[in-house]
Amino acid sequence: MSLVRVDHSTVGRWWASLDRWTLAALLALVGIGYVMMLSASPAVAERIGASSRHMFLTRQVVYSLIAVIVMVGVSMLPVKWVLRAAMLGAMGALVLTAATLVIGTEIKGARRWLSFPGGSLQPSEFLKPCLAVAVAWLLAEGRREGRFPGLLIAIGLIGGVAWLMKQQPDIGMLAVIVAVFLAQVFVSGINLMWVVAGAGAVAGMAVLAFTLHGHVRSRIQRFLNPESGDNFQIRMSLEAFGNGGMFGRGPGEGRVKDVLPDAHADFVFPVAAEEFGLITCLLILGLFAFIVLRGLWRLMDERDVFVSLAATGLLVQFGLQAFINMGSSLHLIPTKGMTLPFVSYGGSSVVALALGMGFLLALTRRRPARGEEANPFTAGLRAPFPT
Amino acid sequence: MNLPPAPPPLPPEASPVRPAPRAALRRPAPRQPDHHRQMRARLGFATFGFAMLFGAVAVTLADRTVINPASSAIAQPRPLPRAEPPVTRAEIVDRNNEVLAVTVRGRALYARPAHIQDPEAVAALLHPILPHLDRERLVARLSPPYVFAYIDRFITPRQEEAINALGIVGLNFETAERRTYPRGRDAAHVLGLVDVDNQGLFGAERWFDERLRVDRNALRLSLDIRVQRELRETLAHTIERFSGIGGVAMVMDVNTGEMLGMASLPDFSGADPAGSPPGNRFHRAVEGVYEPGSTMKLLTAAMALELGTVQMHSGFDASRPIRFGRHSISDFRGKNRWLALPEIIAYSSNIASAHMAMTVGTARHREFLSRFGIARHQRLSIELPESAAILLPGERDWRDIHTMTIGFGHGVSITPLHVINAAATLANGGLFRTPTILAQPDGAQREGTRVISERTSHQMRRLMRIAVTEGSARGANAPGYFVGGKTGTALKPNANGRGYSTDRRVSAFVGVFPMHAPRYAVYLMVDEPRPRADTGPFATAGVVAAPAAGRVIQRVAPILGLVPETERLAEIEQSLHVPLQPARPRAPATAPMAAPRQPAARPAPAIAPTLPEVAPIRRTGLPQGAIQTAEGRHAAP
Repeated sequence: MSLVRVDHSTVGRWWASLDRWTLAALLALVGIGYVMMLSASPAVAERIGASSRHMFLTRQVVYSLIAVIVMVGVSMLPVKWVLRAAMLGAMGALVLTAATLVIGTEIKGARRWLSFPGGSLQPSEFLKPCLAVAVAWLLAEGRREGRFPGLLIAIGLIGGVAWLMKQQPDIGMLAVIVAVFLAQVFVSGINLMWVVAGAGAVAGMAVLAFTLHGHVRSRIQRFLNPESGDNFQIRMSLEAFGNGGMFGRGPGEGRVKDVLPDAHADFVFPVAAEEFGLITCLLILGLFAFIVLRGLWRLMDERDVFVSLAATGLLVQFGLQAFINMGSSLHLIPTKGMTLPFVSYGGSSVVALALGMGFLLALTRRRPARGEEANPFTAGLRAPFPT
Repeated sequence: MNLPPAPPPLPPEASPVRPAPRAALRRPAPRQPDHHRQMRARLGFATFGFAMLFGAVAVTLADRTVINPASSAIAQPRPLPRAEPPVTRAEIVDRNNEVLAVTVRGRALYARPAHIQDPEAVAALLHPILPHLDRERLVARLSPPYVFAYIDRFITPRQEEAINALGIVGLNFETAERRTYPRGRDAAHVLGLVDVDNQGLFGAERWFDERLRVDRNALRLSLDIRVQRELRETLAHTIERFSGIGGVAMVMDVNTGEMLGMASLPDFSGADPAGSPPGNRFHRAVEGVYEPGSTMKLLTAAMALELGTVQMHSGFDASRPIRFGRHSISDFRGKNRWLALPEIIAYSSNIASAHMAMTVGTARHREFLSRFGIARHQRLSIELPESAAILLPGERDWRDIHTMTIGFGHGVSITPLHVINAAATLANGGLFRTPTILAQPDGAQREGTRVISERTSHQMRRLMRIAVTEGSARGANAPGYFVGGKTGTALKPNANGRGYSTDRRVSAFVGVFPMHAPRYAVYLMVDEPRPRADTGPFATAGVVAAPAAGRVIQRVAPILGLVPETERLAEIEQSLHVPLQPARPRAPATAPMAAPRQPAARPAPAIAPTLPEVAPIRRTGLPQGAIQTAEGRHAAP
């Protein structure tokens, strides 16, 4: 590649320092998302009586373009700017999320969206990555300077956000945010005793959610005892996997997309399974695993606590979301509506994920060790691909 | 909360003074090898955890797609309401593999009204293409609350193309199958019909329904469609000629029990079942029960010969009617004299037949008939679900009068299939076989039950032959085929169940050919024939059925590979000959009636040889020509 090594322009240095494998995997997911929209969304659009069969597809193309631009743009930011952007974003998203409770649009019994001319926005999606970065900073500062109560502030922040999520209600989002936070705290090196206590608290919250929220309870019960209630979605989903088999029925030959309400969003994975089969699904799964496992693995060499924790949070959020989506559709875990990152339809979701992954790419770019000034000669002599 | 332990020991060259807190916030963290190692370990743990999660997804994915895929049965509420998957139904062919029934593929048109915006407009577009559909019903089926509705279960490719070109959302096609009967009305009753879902309704389609759906190989029937066609044509012609209301014509292989032809009229077209009245589905050959009339005299004679109560040269006095309570039995165009056995058959004497039956007695009479499947409430086994139970007096009700009347074919109602099967059994050497419509493998011998001896069978052949050469069945003679047989005319019971009609009769002929080496049995019956000016005042079997049967034989025999015998004509005729009044070997003088020769091994039934109190043999000068009952006159040739 001609850009590398001696190209000292901003773009050249960006390219040289970038984790290009991860970017490639992310772009591959965006591409797969496009193919799945071609396949799944016309059926859904037709069913809900949209003006055009290609309504979702057209929108997704626009969202994907925005997402790629956001991702690449954000990945160029220096670490310091990542922190600032995340802090600003977290504050803005927090305000908007709080606003949903007052002026939000109620859809399917939940107030998660803000409507504005030309579309709607789910601010909590943007809150997720920004919060992960902000919490990482709090934890890193608290870790470094004993008198700074970073952990306590973080707990307070997460508690507030959790309350907002519960009010919306958006239990899935709440679970992810709390899980990401716990993972960050865990990685930050907290005493194992606290880990056990945290796990206990999560279990307690789960029980609380089970008792307080009827739909959570019914979903768990339906998972444990499929005969007990209406599990139409999961039956359709499993049938789709069964129909797909090894190589799938072929593009466009899927049947489940005609009946599953969220075939283009939460249940895009079974649609892919039915049409393209096990091999393609393993490929999709492999891309997620590659991004997450490789990212975490590489963080083990990261010396900067903030970068390490922020990247951990972003990767855990990304991986957990993928796991919950795929696990739900496979009946491995109780059904929880969550999008499959970049593959599912969804404007806020895709752009917010792009933001998060942009942060990740920015944070994991190779840079001179802290304390050293960038040496223009050595910086340009790095291997073209991360080793 | 777990804050890091005390700062690690500073490097020796570093300043012992703690850096200011503000600076610490900005400057990079000092190296903390322990902390880094701890984070490293925890990151490793997190990596491992995610590897486990994704591994679990991968395993589950493989399980749900390939190893243990969910069958569609789990998802019972189907995505779209669909009809049962079309079942391919095996062909039905005749014995020469001519196709009689075949399933053809086509397209069905169905609607999903939820997708149809304007049913009226759609109906207006569809109607010119499918003009046979009722417009209002079409609109109804295109509208909710129907979720799914068939518009037409079978449309042509041209119609499909036209409807497709309309581009109406909510109209869809699926593969459909339709049963067709390329032979039209031929063998319609034997084949039966299927319903709109291709399930057998009646006939062979019903009887072999499962077989036709499970086994895709063609079902080969014993019918020969060429024979079937001849039977139907001749029968239709005869019915028309005598203005009958219906009829039956059958040809059967006497040595295998295979039905080669079974025609029943009126019939229907398999291609357009709705085009004929539902009553036309009545299969007279197996479903209809009729009094057999004089054809039954063959069984009476065979019984008396078999049980030894009568010899070929024996005879009875038929000079005066039998009076029995309110009943009186007389002859139609009787000879008014003593009649030998061949004469009884040839002239069809009711009086002598009644006497002959009485020589055997009621118990043995009943037992003998049951050997031929003629027993109360019994059905003659054949692969047709319509096969009807016969009407016969019960054991406790069966009195002498029943034996007498049944002896000449009245007071019992049996199916035409019983009659032809009995004739086949009498002629084939005495082996009773259940009739079948399934083709038997070539050369295979079907097992039969011996019901009469070879000797009796041989005698019966001669008696059947003499009825054609000398008796009432002359019309059935087909030169060179040595037809033997018997006519039977029975008046039909009144609709109110009391007594018999005076002019509604059933005229039948049953026969076998060639008599010297029996191969085929023939039966032809016309229901309610009317007399014609050119055939005399009575539409009796001798006038109606026998000539038609003769014509059937002449036309069918060549199809079956038989040619008229011309060279050994006299020789064969001689072998079948029996004089009308055979000489007695040792004549027991004037004894008009043969006493039972030998009770044989069979224990003599209590009432067997004893004669009824009514003296049957006295000569009187009473008028003859009819059976007198309290209700009316009965002709019985």
